[in-house]
Amino acid sequence: MSAHPSSGAAIHASGLVRRFGDLTAVDGVDLDIQPGEIYGFLGPNGSGKSTTVRVLCTLISPSGGSATVAGFDVATHPDEVRLRIGVALQDAALDPMQSGVELLRLQGRLYGLTKREVATRLAEVSDLVDIGEAIDRPIGTYSGGMKRRLDLAASLMHNPEILFLDEPTTGLDPLSRIRVWEEVRRLNDELGTTIFLTTQYLEEADELADRVGILSAGRIVAEGTPDELKRSVGEDVIIARIDGDGSAALAAVQGLAGLSTAELHGDELTIAAADGASIISPVAVALSSTGVHVKDLTLRTTTLDDVFLELTGNRIEHRDATSPEEVSA
Amino acid sequence: MTDVTTATVHPSAIRARPPGFFVDLVSIAGRALRTIPRAPAEIIPALMIPLFFFVVNVGALQDFSERGIPDFDYKAFQLPVAIIFAVTGVSRASTLVTDIQDGYFDRLLLTPVRRLALLLGLMVADFALVCGLCIPVMGLGFALGVRFETGLLGMIAFVLIAGLWGLVFTGFPYAIALKTGSPQAVASSFILFFPFAFLTTSTLPRPFLTGWLDTVAGYNPVTYLLDGLRALVSQGWEWAPIGKGLLAIALVGSASMSMCFAALRGRVRRG
Repeated sequence: MSAHPSSGAAIHASGLVRRFGDLTAVDGVDLDIQPGEIYGFLGPNGSGKSTTVRVLCTLISPSGGSATVAGFDVATHPDEVRLRIGVALQDAALDPMQSGVELLRLQGRLYGLTKREVATRLAEVSDLVDIGEAIDRPIGTYSGGMKRRLDLAASLMHNPEILFLDEPTTGLDPLSRIRVWEEVRRLNDELGTTIFLTTQYLEEADELADRVGILSAGRIVAEGTPDELKRSVGEDVIIARIDGDGSAALAAVQGLAGLSTAELHGDELTIAAADGASIISPVAVALSSTGVHVKDLTLRTTTLDDVFLELTGNRIEHRDATSPEEVSA
Repeated sequence: MTDVTTATVHPSAIRARPPGFFVDLVSIAGRALRTIPRAPAEIIPALMIPLFFFVVNVGALQDFSERGIPDFDYKAFQLPVAIIFAVTGVSRASTLVTDIQDGYFDRLLLTPVRRLALLLGLMVADFALVCGLCIPVMGLGFALGVRFETGLLGMIAFVLIAGLWGLVFTGFPYAIALKTGSPQAVASSFILFFPFAFLTTSTLPRPFLTGWLDTVAGYNPVTYLLDGLRALVSQGWEWAPIGKGLLAIALVGSASMSMCFAALRGRVRRG
């Protein structure tokens, strides 16, 4: 009945293609996402992220290639897939005429939950919704953040094995964004839910994803852990501006473990290392031991933005004004 | 309530399972019925128009027609017209098109709900609504002295047949909603009501219609529907007009339902 991939992957795609007339939105995507993994699908607007999600969620059929979700082929067994996935699409899809409670109850019933099970799950996800008595009010009166959280709660009513989150924090204020991040981590940690997360925010992928696939023009151009991807384009750099004997300072740091190169340019000592965070303390201690005055010491780590720029020649432009940098600052 | 409270959702072993067609149907119909009183602006015209036309037509033509036709009860003649006005074109199609535009229809498609139930559930709600709309119209008829030759059973049959007509007519706006996803197109579907409702015996019996209108009325299924309903009010269990009325509903229904279910297949097609 099913098309279980030999790997037992939660999500598996092979040469997945989706065309709209002459436009090829998804152009040969391969995926192999293991159960319990958080997979970040990163790319700018129009790169094919949402189309890939819509194919994997059975809303549209692939034009070519194949995909299985929870072990079932999305083209031939869409009903089996639907029972096992939860989806929060890019724009919160809610009925403004219903109250939050009514929407969640309906959602539970459509997934075959009994009234008792719906009540249980309602109590469980109501904490997530966190809108107090407003849950009994029409959804049309909710703020954007409340709608997003309710949408997420609706996608969780039936305890899905796999959760698709299509740009879940786009348009959210920083606090709401952090709450969604916390919830994604908690779902993955406590329930082992596999999460397929599309985002245009590099920091979001860096923060949440075990592995990241970078999508450009419908193709995955790189894939790996955030650290692997960052290392693939360069090392971390520690820059020390010093006042004193530069040669002594250079000699002091050159013997440190984990250091790749150390160079002195005027009063600036530049140290490259694969893991800058782990070496910055020994660098500070070594410089201190030479008696030089360290005017400032900075660590510049490679970001996914650098990776994206390296791979595509472009930087990601965000759709809304609130960037995750504001969140993490 | 602040937005920053940390959420805690406890894990539970509850998992999804196929709910069954009846649960799907009841769930979708229940949602549609719940929203009806929340949008009274959609219902008030459907209630006021038949009452208005009933009163105006009786006021304008009762004396004239009853003088010309011996033993003619114009109020009983007009009651089925008012009922048809009440039940024709009342549907949740505007809700459906809003769901499509807002993306909520996609959220429903992401669930294991049977696609057929998405439409039939709305139609169940429509049927309940149009049967409900018959009650005040019949109440006015009773207040004006109309009585049923077929008694209580005939009144029930009257409402059910009218409701059935209302149901099959919903196929047109649903087909437009599903095909176009456009609220303007759905709103304009109301013009379908006019030829069905007025190019027929809505004001006078067929022998009093002029040549062209009589010819058109002969092709209008509503003419036979009205004959069947009038038989229940004024003549008794006359199966010939009642049967023709049901046949007219079946003919319109086969066209409208074919259109709307084809539109549904197109809308949920994943290709």
